[in-house]
Amino acid sequence: MSETVSITIDGRTVAVPAGQLLIKAAEDAGTYIPRFCWHSRMKPVGMCRMCLIEVEGPRGTLLTTSCTMPVTEGMVVHTKSEVVRKAQEGVLEFLLINHPLDCPVCDRGGECPLQDQTLAHGPGESRFVEEKRHFPKPIPINDLVLLDRERCILCARCTRFSEEISGDPLIEFVDRGNHTQVNTFPDEPFASYFSGNTVQICPVGALTATPYRFRARPWDLEAVESTCAGCAVGCRVSVQAAQNEVVRLLGVDVGATNQGWLCDKGRFGFEYLRAPGRLSTPLVRGEDGELREATWGEALDRAASGLAAVLSEHGPAAIAGIGGARSTNEEAYAFGKLLRSVIGTGSLDARVGDGLDAALAVGGTGRIDDLERAKTILVWAPDLKEELPVLHLRVRRAATELGATLIVVHPRRTGLDPDADHVVHYRPGDGFSVLDRLRAGADDLAPVAAALAAGPVVAIVGRTGLTEPPDLASAVAEFAASLPGAAVLPVTRRGNLYGALDMGLAPTLLPGRASAEDEAARAALADAWGSPVPAPGRDADGILQGLADGSVKALVLLGADPAADHPDRASAEAAVAAAGFVVSFDLFLNDSNRGADVVLPVEGFSEVEGTMTNLEGRVQKVNRIVPGPGLSRPAVEALDDLAARLGRSLGGGADAMAKEIALAAPAYAGITWEALDWGRGRDGMIATLAGGAAAPAPAVFQRSVAPAEGMALHLARVLYDEGTMTLAGPAFAPLIKAAMLHLHSDDATRLGLAEGSTAVLTGSRGSTELAWTRDDSLAPGTAYLPFGLGVSVGAAVSVTVAPGDGSGER
Amino acid sequence: MTDSILFARMEAHPADSHTLARYEATGGYAALRKALAMPPEEVIAEVKASNIRGRGGAGFPTGVKWGFLPPDIRPRYLVVNADESEPGTFKDRQLLERDPHQLVEGIVISAYALDVEHAFVYVRGEYPRPARRLQRAVDEARAAGYLGRDVLGTGRNIEITVHLGAGAYICGEETALLNSLEGKRGEPRIKPPFPAIAGLYAKPTIVNNVETLSNVPWIVANGGAAYDAIGPEGSRGTRLFSLSGHVERPGNYEIVMGMSWRDLIFGLGGGIRSGKQLKCWIPGGASAPWFVPALHLDEPVTIDDTGRLGSMLGSGAVVVMDETTNVVAAALSVVRFFAHESCGECTPCREGTSWLQRILERILGGAGRPADLDLLLDVSDNISPGLRWPPAMTTICPLGPSVVSPITSIMSHFRDEVAAMIPGAVTAGV
Ligand SMILES: Cc1cc2nc3c(=O)[nH]c(=O)nc-3n(C[C@H](O)[C@H](O)[C@H](O)COP(=O)(O)O)c2cc1C
Ligand code: SF4
Ligand code: SF4
Ligand code: SF4
Ligand code: FES
Repeated sequence: MSETVSITIDGRTVAVPAGQLLIKAAEDAGTYIPRFCWHSRMKPVGMCRMCLIEVEGPRGTLLTTSCTMPVTEGMVVHTKSEVVRKAQEGVLEFLLINHPLDCPVCDRGGECPLQDQTLAHGPGESRFVEEKRHFPKPIPINDLVLLDRERCILCARCTRFSEEISGDPLIEFVDRGNHTQVNTFPDEPFASYFSGNTVQICPVGALTATPYRFRARPWDLEAVESTCAGCAVGCRVSVQAAQNEVVRLLGVDVGATNQGWLCDKGRFGFEYLRAPGRLSTPLVRGEDGELREATWGEALDRAASGLAAVLSEHGPAAIAGIGGARSTNEEAYAFGKLLRSVIGTGSLDARVGDGLDAALAVGGTGRIDDLERAKTILVWAPDLKEELPVLHLRVRRAATELGATLIVVHPRRTGLDPDADHVVHYRPGDGFSVLDRLRAGADDLAPVAAALAAGPVVAIVGRTGLTEPPDLASAVAEFAASLPGAAVLPVTRRGNLYGALDMGLAPTLLPGRASAEDEAARAALADAWGSPVPAPGRDADGILQGLADGSVKALVLLGADPAADHPDRASAEAAVAAAGFVVSFDLFLNDSNRGADVVLPVEGFSEVEGTMTNLEGRVQKVNRIVPGPGLSRPAVEALDDLAARLGRSLGGGADAMAKEIALAAPAYAGITWEALDWGRGRDGMIATLAGGAAAPAPAVFQRSVAPAEGMALHLARVLYDEGTMTLAGPAFAPLIKAAMLHLHSDDATRLGLAEGSTAVLTGSRGSTELAWTRDDSLAPGTAYLPFGLGVSVGAAVSVTVAPGDGSGER
Repeated sequence: MTDSILFARMEAHPADSHTLARYEATGGYAALRKALAMPPEEVIAEVKASNIRGRGGAGFPTGVKWGFLPPDIRPRYLVVNADESEPGTFKDRQLLERDPHQLVEGIVISAYALDVEHAFVYVRGEYPRPARRLQRAVDEARAAGYLGRDVLGTGRNIEITVHLGAGAYICGEETALLNSLEGKRGEPRIKPPFPAIAGLYAKPTIVNNVETLSNVPWIVANGGAAYDAIGPEGSRGTRLFSLSGHVERPGNYEIVMGMSWRDLIFGLGGGIRSGKQLKCWIPGGASAPWFVPALHLDEPVTIDDTGRLGSMLGSGAVVVMDETTNVVAAALSVVRFFAHESCGECTPCREGTSWLQRILERILGGAGRPADLDLLLDVSDNISPGLRWPPAMTTICPLGPSVVSPITSIMSHFRDEVAAMIPGAVTAGV
């Protein structure tokens, strides 16, 4: 318990935490002081002056702002005196004299603090008879956000957010006095992955988001609390819908995870739900070889008979499943149960060649909130800003606000580098030798090693890129676990990969982090399921290999697109194409299911109820607020119907699965929907397994080495890639940048690449000609290619680069 | 008794008082040598004993301010406020131009006493010549060993950086000045913390006015007690006044405080030009509430008496207005200045100053409404509740309440004149 002091607010004496700001202390004690500029997650600025109150002092009462005044013992505060009332009303009048009062056409109308305050305290009529201040309205400050300077009350929330929280200070005050305005610099848009937060925290309708603008009035909105599925951070959101369509997502302030913030991809990504290509009818392959619409009955019959045929002819091992990392836990569980129990195959994986070793992924010991207390932070992981954006904000806060020493190890510059105390860039493949030298505190890494000796250490560990083998992350995690006060957070991007692994969607894992290699665990599960549980089969790479060589005949996909997700896209695409029979449960047609035999349209985010598990093992609720389009159905029900046709039902819908998970998955004991919705689990509940992770870590790490010849390829994701969420959401289209090859200047010179020319990149899967750019954050001898932007040369570690002549440019 | 401390040298040697040669020839830098031979605490004790109060506006006792520095945090900074932007104020300019070594010596002595290694002088952007003179003095002093590394062989390093501002009045406010010096927007900071605790680059910082520090060599040379013996209690030492407006002899005057306003305006200033009648005057810079002859002419010119009467000596700018003055126009010019100089950071000042400006403009343009009389006061009250001086503030800094001073002044002393300009307004005999 922290120290408290007692203060008197309007005659009532209360105990409040020492040093807390008066505005917050009063609010917690039941006295709400009006405010515009103060925001609990940012430093106070005392600019709007709405929160004026009186404090008694040695020289009489002092009129002052409660958002800048820390409480002290014995403080006597008046929040409702005549002086306070007049001052607050005066401030409100000042804010209104130049305000356009266009509330009827303002997105904020109905949920605007300025409007509310005016109703409560405002003058009945205007005493201001002069002409109001005018600005052209609104002006775009980037592709997602518009600024109306006439509505702006100059509270500096947006500018503070970009400077303090996201570190993209490209939105600023310009001019002064009565001409003061928020603006961006000429020709420099507010380039931020987090710009939507400024819209959410703007206390008026000055900042509006293009995807929501004029879509709904606040009083027509329905809302439900849920969890963003965009990545594995698991930010809490309020999903808001009007007329059965999601129109807006707002961040919910959960201290342990997102602290109120969202990234723009998560916030605005909902548009893909109603994108034109969204599936609304089951599809089956017709006589003519084309997919055609079908009834659910027909489609499920086709799926069941196709799988049954493979089963009877080749046995269960010829069937495999990939997917689940974008699904809810209940869907993932149902998928695993269908594959293992009903079909009887042990070949299933939620990772698509881009994940972590399963033992590492489920073996994390850290929590995001450990960052608040960290002395030292090691980030040897993907560029968090690109892959786990709000985790990036949490690390940034720890480094810039809370004074933690930040160490970033990555093949090239990351979004955290500007705030890092130590930055190590290395050539892909050299990771193990960097780790050796770090362990030994050798040479240039001595200061880094010294910093790591100061605990508590939080280590965020993951694959820096897709050409890097998962073993390096496992080895780094093992090293990090030995550091003082270590908390290890293994990270990978995909929304519910952790939940899918927890539900047993890896050949080595059973639901609840039990090892599939453990006979007793398999027997226990077989008992619960009333059917045998097969021994571990193939992982995703093995399945794709099997499809390619014909040993695997049928593939079941649950929200997975190996042809796009796998680091070696071309091989994956060829493997899926070689499959004899493919059933896909999905929201869209994609490169993997366009050739499927049966495509079943399922409901997605905000259309189904269930749980998801974030990268720290936090189980959180996702909720339904709109129905899916057309004939789409919840995946669990579709999986159950398919299972029934194969001979045995899974036992019900998502709620039934949830109950079963709490029984069958040891780490999920006690985590129920009730507890998450209404009980102690409002901020999520951490799934833990007594006795630690069950799946064994590899005994010997396969050490990678940088290629002796050619260039080492660094292949890493960017936030706005050509994924379903970004491609289908109109808001993101302008944000997707063309792929560019990044090279160190020395290499460019050595290779004779002229400025502004193109380069030919040759990998294991062909060549491509594309634009190149200098990137001296790369180690010489490295080629960096953003993944998922349409350019693919395979995932070989070594590539060659040569000057292009422009003929092959895309 | 001495009646010229700061201007003595330039009056005796108008041609070259700004040069090092003249400064040394007239006893310059002797005080520094004396100070360096004293323990720093003793130098501080002399300044405390002098009871000198700051000349930048607020009149805060300098020795007390110096005592606020936390003992164990380094580095500390000394920042000299040479922004002199208060309309009607031009005294610091004369000190910078005509006797810059006096200031440099004051800075070096103060820096020694306060254990400061780096002092900054923030010079008003419109003062290129004073800045050049000061820079030359700094260079000369460095060459002569009075500052820089190992000052006069004592092992102490003291550096002075001269920085030219960019032309905003608000950068005279000490925390806005610090922001500007750090390269940020010139906006006041929320206090506390005060600069003495967390100032430049969040380090303990003393901010003093040019005139304040120019007194330090004399105080050290003659002892704090000698300074404390000059002038009435609470207003010790001599003080510079910039007399301007409708007087016969405008200019800077160094006086011992305690004389009457009558002596200042009619004696030193030679009275009102062309034999006109005195109507009113601003006693201490544009921020100060105005004085009128019927109430204030025989009151003493001291910090405390002026405060007791609801105004202030402020920056020492005395602006005299004769009977021909249209007080609404005069008030508007002051209000317009503050509206123009409002930094825009806080709502009441950003919106209120220009609102008041526009009401006055309307009245002057013949489009006033009777309700404007109350409106002027009520809008003022929402910036400066209670309309007193020193002001209560709904704003971050005192610039906002400064705009109120001319309004309350004309409304309390010349209400009928204002009303007479408004069609339909009733005059009440004030
Ligand atoms: C709006 C505003 C403008 C000011 N302008 C000046 C100025 O131009 N010069 C100055 O010395 N002090 C100015 N001050 C006062 C300074 O904030 C500060 O009090 C002073 O520099 C301290 O020096 P002193 O203690 O030696 O008087 C101003 C204050 C305010 C509120
Ligand atoms: S745009 Fe909104 S958040 Fe930004 S300063 Fe204006 S009112 Fe505040
Ligand atoms: S960081 Fe991840 S979970 Fe959070 S809003 Fe963005 S995509 Fe969603
Ligand atoms: S009172 Fe005026 S000058 Fe001072 S901070 Fe507020 S807006 Fe800026
Ligand atoms: S909320 Fe305190 S000044 Fe704005």
